[in-house]
Amino acid sequence: MTTGRVLVVDDDPSLAEMLSIILQGEGLEVTVCAAGDLALRAFQDTKPDIVLLDVMLPGIDGVEVCRQIRAESTVPIVMLTARTDTVDVVLGLESGADDYVTKPFKPQELVARVRARLRRGDESEAETLQLGDLTIDVPGHVVKRADRAILLTPLEFDLLVALARKPWQVFSRETLLEQVWGYRHAGDTRLVNVHVQRLRSKVEKDPENPEIVLTVRGVGYKAGKA
Amino acid sequence: MVHELWRRIERLGVRCAAAVARLWRRSLHFRVVVITVLLGTFVALGLGTYMYQRIGSGLTSRATNIAEQQALSQRDYAQSQFNNAPRTDIASLRAIGQQVAAPVTGTHPQEAGEQNDRVVIKRSPGNTFPSLGTFFTQAGDAQLIPDALQSAVEKDPRHAQLQIATVRVGARQVPAVIVGARIVIPNAGNYDFYLISPMTAESQMLGIVRTTFLLGGLALTLLLAGIAYLVTRMVVSPVRDAAHVSERLTAGALNERMQVTGEDDLARLATSFNAMADSLQRQIRQLEDLSQLQQRFTSDVSHELRTPLTTIRMAADMIHASRDDFAAPVARSAELLSRELDRFETLLTDLLEISRFDAGATAAANELVDLRDVVARVVDGCESLAQAQGVKLRVHSRREAVAPMDARRIERIVRNLVTNAIEHAEHKPVDITVAANNTAVAVAVRDYGVGLRPGDAEQVFNRFWRADPARARTTGGTGLGLSISLEDARLHDGWLQAWGEPGNGACFRLTLPVKAGQPIVRSPVTLAPDDSSVGIAMPKGNSLTIGTRAAGASPAPKGPGGGR
Repeated sequence: MTTGRVLVVDDDPSLAEMLSIILQGEGLEVTVCAAGDLALRAFQDTKPDIVLLDVMLPGIDGVEVCRQIRAESTVPIVMLTARTDTVDVVLGLESGADDYVTKPFKPQELVARVRARLRRGDESEAETLQLGDLTIDVPGHVVKRADRAILLTPLEFDLLVALARKPWQVFSRETLLEQVWGYRHAGDTRLVNVHVQRLRSKVEKDPENPEIVLTVRGVGYKAGKA
Repeated sequence: MVHELWRRIERLGVRCAAAVARLWRRSLHFRVVVITVLLGTFVALGLGTYMYQRIGSGLTSRATNIAEQQALSQRDYAQSQFNNAPRTDIASLRAIGQQVAAPVTGTHPQEAGEQNDRVVIKRSPGNTFPSLGTFFTQAGDAQLIPDALQSAVEKDPRHAQLQIATVRVGARQVPAVIVGARIVIPNAGNYDFYLISPMTAESQMLGIVRTTFLLGGLALTLLLAGIAYLVTRMVVSPVRDAAHVSERLTAGALNERMQVTGEDDLARLATSFNAMADSLQRQIRQLEDLSQLQQRFTSDVSHELRTPLTTIRMAADMIHASRDDFAAPVARSAELLSRELDRFETLLTDLLEISRFDAGATAAANELVDLRDVVARVVDGCESLAQAQGVKLRVHSRREAVAPMDARRIERIVRNLVTNAIEHAEHKPVDITVAANNTAVAVAVRDYGVGLRPGDAEQVFNRFWRADPARARTTGGTGLGLSISLEDARLHDGWLQAWGEPGNGACFRLTLPVKAGQPIVRSPVTLAPDDSSVGIAMPKGNSLTIGTRAAGASPAPKGPGGGR
């Protein structure tokens, strides 16, 4: 069983406590923070392996907190949102969240998401991939362009590796959701779109004319020529 | 050839008449001008005719008076000539008669003949003396004397007798006064003296008067038409402005107002029109605000409920997971709690979806999808429910049915229709038919179960409507399913229609256009099925189109047989 530290940022004490009970039941170590303006401090203090972040928070809202945390860490962030409206979800994702769950969610659903984000370091054998002018060290979680490391979040890294491992294959958004996010059933394909944009902004020389992650119109995405 | 030409002219005439009739109906301006011209012509004609006649009769009576006096004095002169005749033999008397009848002022015989009075002396009918013959100023005049005048002179010889007749003067026919009187010629008996006095000057004058009246009348009518045109335009153009502005208002430009100039009645029209527009705008704004407020409230409530519901959900799941440790009643309670929470959650989701539709915050992501694939997925998903209910799902689809659609929403509609059908099928099979034509693709879900009561087809799409409140529900729907389906169909510019008969089952049909923005002409699947007791032609059952239509498209057919 994976052990890990979870930071729950939610202003609703009952929900926060319930989340703690569930996550502790899964063997995780939980810290709760009730306000947006205290979240960054709590994050720095506890150094969690994953952050569960409510969108609507007193003090600073979740989107801003997400941006602050992302500015100094690549830690996986899962947003908890009560609104499924496109704008809210996209805003959350664009501020750097890896995934989101919509309230009300089932405990198993949340646990599955957390587990998917915590499932790291399974690959032990040395594997190095070449994609364009990028060198990807899979177990070391390092991407380099001409010896200069590019900082990617684990999720972005997984997305890049998934594409790079099978450069001949076109991945549909649904396939990527399943492989990278761990969704067993169809989820929100906007997740893929937003993260591809973020990945491109980091690894492409010109994000407007991508060479590493290519869009295949009407189907999905594929890796650029090696 | 001639016939053809005639027909052409006739057609042209008919077309012109139709155009004028249309103009008459549609243009107040035209109507006012035409009426004014007609009335003006009528009045001018009437007045002109009256005045012309008055002038004419005045002239005639003056001419008559003068002619009478002239005739009497000339008669007296002639009588005295005969009386004072030195000799009374026939030759002398003839000479006197000729002298009397000769042109009176004879300097220019030609002129005198045309302009002046003419004399005829004629032997009276009862005269027994030897005839002197007839004397005349101008040949042929003797025949002009009317018989009526002769007999009048015969009857009353002491007075002058008058009659008006037409005579020739030169080349023209001119009305003339003919005066008759009696003279007695010694040794020759009674003779009738006639003076023919042509009214040349008078008829010339009347001609001038007539021409003047005609020209004047024409000018007056044209002037009237012009005035009517100008005056009507002064009134009509503000009215047209008002019509234009109110059209713009109707089209939704609520800020449109009329221009107010001056303080006259038209200005008052504009002012009150603007006041009306203001008031309308205010009320519309108020209603908009109110409905926005209500929509926001629904949305907020739904969202606010979510956080506590999440906690309850997790707590319930926790209890549910360890229900084996509890006593039986508590364990069962945990199950009920968990199940009802599912329902509560679905309801909340549906409510949110509806509030999103109400707020107009939905957009369909359209991509080309084969409706058969959607149906296949739904049937797969519903198979276990169908088996549990003992219902057989039969899919009929031959051709591909590709249309632009938001597959998630369409799948939701179809799933909704299929689960509804299963729930009401009463263990009989459910037929799902997919078809396509040039303008539309459609899926019809037909069951042979309880059906719909009269009036139900109009209600099924209402929110929280239930066919039979007493009926046990097996699938635990929220009562919002068909409302959401209808909104989803509307989002695609499609139709969602219901038909049903008690005991014969029901049919729900979804029709989508094959091209976005193109109206559906007819659905490729019939709504009231062939096996309906009523037949295919016109279902007497309760079919209703909750028609949704593309902007500008003709309204979807409604009522019995709707959308067939």
